[in-house]
Amino acid sequence: MAVTLAQAINAALADAMEADDRVLMFGEDVGRLGGVFRVTDGLQARFGEQRCFDTPLAESGIVGTAIGLAMYGWRPIAEMQFDGFTYPAFEQIVSHLAKMPNRSRGTVKLPVTIRIPYGGGIGAVEHHSESPEAYWAHTAGLKVMTPGTPEDGYSMMRAAIADDDPVIFMEPKRRYWMKSEAELPVETEPPRQAVVRREGTDATLVCYGPMVRTALEAAEAADDEGWSLEVLDLRSLAPLDTAALIDSVERTGRVIVIHEAAMTLGLGAEVAARIQERAFYHLESPVLRVTGFDTPYPPAKLEEYWLPDVDRILDAVERSLRY
Amino acid sequence: MSEDVPEAIELLPPSEPVHLLDPDGTYHEDPDHPLDLDDGQLRELYRLMVVTRKVDREAINLQRQGQLGVYASCMGQEAAQVGSAYALTAADWIFPSYRELGAALVREVDAVGLLQLYRGTWLSDHDPYVHNFGLMSIPIGTQALHATGFAMGARFEDNPLVTMVYFGDGGTSEGDPHEAMTFAGVFKAPVIFFVQNNQYAISVPLKRQTAAPTLAHKAVGYGLPGYRCDGNDVLATYAVTRKAVERARSGEGPAFIEALTYRMEAHTTSDDPTRYRSKEELEEAAKTDPIARMRNYLTQRDLYDDTFENEVDEQAKDTATTVRAGIYDAPHGDPMELFEHVYRDPSGYFEEQRERLRAELAGGEG
Ligand SMILES: Cc1ncc(C[n+]2csc(CCOP(=O)(O)OP(=O)(O)O)c2C)c(N)n1
Repeated sequence: MAVTLAQAINAALADAMEADDRVLMFGEDVGRLGGVFRVTDGLQARFGEQRCFDTPLAESGIVGTAIGLAMYGWRPIAEMQFDGFTYPAFEQIVSHLAKMPNRSRGTVKLPVTIRIPYGGGIGAVEHHSESPEAYWAHTAGLKVMTPGTPEDGYSMMRAAIADDDPVIFMEPKRRYWMKSEAELPVETEPPRQAVVRREGTDATLVCYGPMVRTALEAAEAADDEGWSLEVLDLRSLAPLDTAALIDSVERTGRVIVIHEAAMTLGLGAEVAARIQERAFYHLESPVLRVTGFDTPYPPAKLEEYWLPDVDRILDAVERSLRY
Repeated sequence: MSEDVPEAIELLPPSEPVHLLDPDGTYHEDPDHPLDLDDGQLRELYRLMVVTRKVDREAINLQRQGQLGVYASCMGQEAAQVGSAYALTAADWIFPSYRELGAALVREVDAVGLLQLYRGTWLSDHDPYVHNFGLMSIPIGTQALHATGFAMGARFEDNPLVTMVYFGDGGTSEGDPHEAMTFAGVFKAPVIFFVQNNQYAISVPLKRQTAAPTLAHKAVGYGLPGYRCDGNDVLATYAVTRKAVERARSGEGPAFIEALTYRMEAHTTSDDPTRYRSKEELEEAAKTDPIARMRNYLTQRDLYDDTFENEVDEQAKDTATTVRAGIYDAPHGDPMELFEHVYRDPSGYFEEQRERLRAELAGGEG
């Protein structure tokens, strides 16, 4: 039976709550409504109003109380309704969630999962299409994961909830309705391992989250040009699977990093830095980036001009091959 | 749409803060706040305040001698801290800011561990689960949410504990305490928001923080009762907190307490208060000193004599000496511990950075 990414994450939440009665799910509209994307659909009915509940509309409050609940001994999963509304919680995430295990010298453990639907491509109004992952990846103490397939949606979510470190779980919202024939439950590779989604020999497309599918489409299209492209899905943005990156570069010698987030100091910058650090002599051409522009996220009618797409990726591949 | 609007009158702070002791030690009975303390406990409150002041002074000295990088004194606020913390049971949790030495000493938290943050050795050096005393929190007001979440968590499984969070008058302008009160009200979380209104946020006086009639009025908007007490009267801070704690414990929900006090020292040892307050103001404030007041009261009750005085002084001195010895020339932290407790399963890239530092320390190539 076909399962969407949203359904897969929903199943992971339900199975985790079934397996461990310390797991709590809360946020804005996650209870009765089941979340604006229905990712928490049915959880309140099944587990009751104490295990899955609506909170007041206050993101700092959601993350700050999640920290207190975790200190007490619960395993909170907190939903941020949209990427652009994580910013009110920035201080709690960066100053407390990320730091407390370290500053307490290990006496406090914070097994908190923060779920964030992110990215554009759904014609949303302002502030609903942001890609803030670099902020979290830059912050020591946080793990950052993002699934690119329904199978990973299930398996990585289970891993995030089971992790005793705080995890920021970025859900590519435009892929919520992406289907696969996955049988749930499913266990994929450990989240910190990058996965080769398609093997190739001429260049590597490094991608994650919403761009996995775009990269695969680009690789298909490249076949017609006679280019063999590898697609590497990072899955974990913190930590980054450096070894997998190097491995792929050693095979292909050319890399194009793709993400929706703006270019400057995005994940692409870190990927490029690690590759030149460790695989300099394997490179046949400079690492290129295909990303959102260094502008605020555009209005819906213009987002197609902003978001990386197959054509832009193929242009970059061509530049890389011609270098 | 019609709705029933509940009476807010009961939530409103009283026109006068609760006050049981005059500066000369005269006790005023208050039927709403009966005293349930025996002679030993009354002496204990006094003893804790004296020890707090002594250790506080020692910490200032240690800073002057270069042993601490900075220190935030609680001088003048001993009654606010000791009285409120004393109203809790050992199972209750305290979430402090950075100025709560008095509350920490009530909990028997090792001051040497606490002061490591100010020494710059470790970011904290006490296990919060041993004394149910959270880590000091410097981002203003943020710990209010941790106290609230913790209290929600206790209530979820009918654990009767109560949490108490300390913050300052400046903290009431930050967003997090307001979000915390919103959550606490909605979830009926057993948390007490204890505000030490010491009149200043560094240099900024109270009137720049709010146009509210009093800080306690802020609570009403969240459905919490706002209480006020004379923060330099240890019997009042104790009695008002006790009542709020019992109310929260019995399931009636959170409360907000504003304790009116005065910060006698600089904001921290790095601050120069002469730039924003006068000598006259300080002299006026000194007349309301919480320790002298309690001593006057004990004397009137024949609970204060030379033996007791010596005993308290000895203990204060001993504690201060222990703290001094513990801090003085204590070794700096182990640089290799920088990498501890960041991740439970560190990545290879992280491990390489750890090894680089290790090699550097070993005098290798690094
Ligand atoms: C979010 C934040 N902003 C600014 C500061 C810098 N700062 C430290 S203490 C302080 C004043 C706090 O005043 P108050 O809340 O009244 O507490 P008090 O220091 O008087 O105990 C300021 C502005 C901070 N620590 N955190």
